[in-house]
Amino acid sequence: MYLSKKEENALDGKYGSHLSTAFKILIAIGEATEAERLIPIKWAHVSGVNYNTLGDAGLDFITKFSKAKVSVFTTLNPMGYDRSKEAKISDHFKRKQLSITESYLQMGISPSFSCIPYEIYRLPRKGTRVSFAESNAAIMANSVYGLLTNKESGLSALASAITGRTPYSDLLDTKFRHPKTRVKLDLELRNELEYGMLGYHTGKTVNRSCVSFGSQAKRLNIMEAKSLSSALGTSGACGMFTDEDSGLELINFGKKEMESVKAELNTSENGDVIALGSPQLGFNELELVSTTLRGKKFSKPCMIFCPRSIYDKASKSGIVQQIERAGGNIFCDSCTCLTPMITRAEYDGVITNSIKGSYYFNKFNRLPVCLKDLKTIMQDHLK
Amino acid sequence: MTKYIKCRRIIGGIGTGKILYTNVPINFLSDVNLKTGVVSDPLHDLVGLSIKETILVFPHAVGSSVGVYSIFALGMNGVAPSGVICTSKVDIITASGCAIAGIPLVQITDKGHIWNTFNGIQGTIDANNSILEIKKFK
Repeated sequence: MYLSKKEENALDGKYGSHLSTAFKILIAIGEATEAERLIPIKWAHVSGVNYNTLGDAGLDFITKFSKAKVSVFTTLNPMGYDRSKEAKISDHFKRKQLSITESYLQMGISPSFSCIPYEIYRLPRKGTRVSFAESNAAIMANSVYGLLTNKESGLSALASAITGRTPYSDLLDTKFRHPKTRVKLDLELRNELEYGMLGYHTGKTVNRSCVSFGSQAKRLNIMEAKSLSSALGTSGACGMFTDEDSGLELINFGKKEMESVKAELNTSENGDVIALGSPQLGFNELELVSTTLRGKKFSKPCMIFCPRSIYDKASKSGIVQQIERAGGNIFCDSCTCLTPMITRAEYDGVITNSIKGSYYFNKFNRLPVCLKDLKTIMQDHLK
Repeated sequence: MTKYIKCRRIIGGIGTGKILYTNVPINFLSDVNLKTGVVSDPLHDLVGLSIKETILVFPHAVGSSVGVYSIFALGMNGVAPSGVICTSKVDIITASGCAIAGIPLVQITDKGHIWNTFNGIQGTIDANNSILEIKKFK
């Protein structure tokens, strides 16, 4: 891979060991993805913040790396819990979590604690190259917002944040942003949960970076697009979807495929807690929850996760108060994914509309999951 | 006899171990016990098997972007593979994870049918010279 003189010097350690390590990581990825060179990026989004996802080894790595400084605008994925609320979190977890967040903030990263940066920051113009870890954010950036990113790892996005560069390969290059496979739908999808099932099945089936959903991809609302993107990112390696129609190899998605996803992830008939927020809810989704309440209250504990900036905005419009009056508990800075707040010690099962959430509840939290779309959750669990 | 297979070097180094092959992608965040190196996902075809000190042969990683730190943790806990071979694409999670964990990583894409034959046999990845050596192959 071609390196400029300045990049070579950085790799050789002339500007410090952290920059050298960051370049080494990017060069390894460049080799893997057959990049010819590195190119500049405008924005990096880093994952690996929740202690449950980063672990002790990752924590040690980030601590050693904390003297590095980011050179472009960089945002951060959710952490493990909401520091402003009472929650049953062990002191051990809190200590580790605060150490991780402190290290990232020392690097100059914005404390967004969000997996939906595309809903809380002004987006750069279409065609801008960025480096997004957090699979739903990468897929949304590519597919909905016209930004260019590969499906980065937490570490590759951090290396790009520090160097301001990323390997010029795959989805960064417009010629690779055309799918070879289209998923043909044999049934009408009715809600965000079914779009999540489509994404999950597609991720398992298509191992290319880009896939088409045909005209169906043009009609998505934000909740459907987030559900599709997060599920697609969970089960596979795809980093983008489009609506291209012609000349593509076809695979089908119908009742049988949907039943197969259900059989894997819908592992309970019921649950004793409702969890909404993988990805975190945006303003429109919080508003939808509040308008559906119509003066009723949740019949089970309901935990809702959103970014703090969305919470503040929704608070000003009275949305937060309506949801809290109904018994909903809104948590900022965190999400359902590998949350330490919903455990087997306290709950027997989780009700959620998130395929990504259900995947990690089943596999990591070892909690059975009852999958329902949001409308059905609001019909079944309000009194 | 000993068999030599040409491969594409991604991360340099030399690693020896028994070939452990799967054609199912791996989500390192959720599929592997990071303390023991044993595949824990009941739906994965390697469930119950340890990837420690193996030559892990798999298509590519899927899922969480944080899987990179899981690969690093496997290394720190002394339960990482001795070498990794991707048979489909070399994804960013695997490449960056092997880079910080110091695990030799290569790509071999056109040998689909051979891996079942090699499964369990001792192999050495010499990523520096882009060669996989399979020993005692009949």
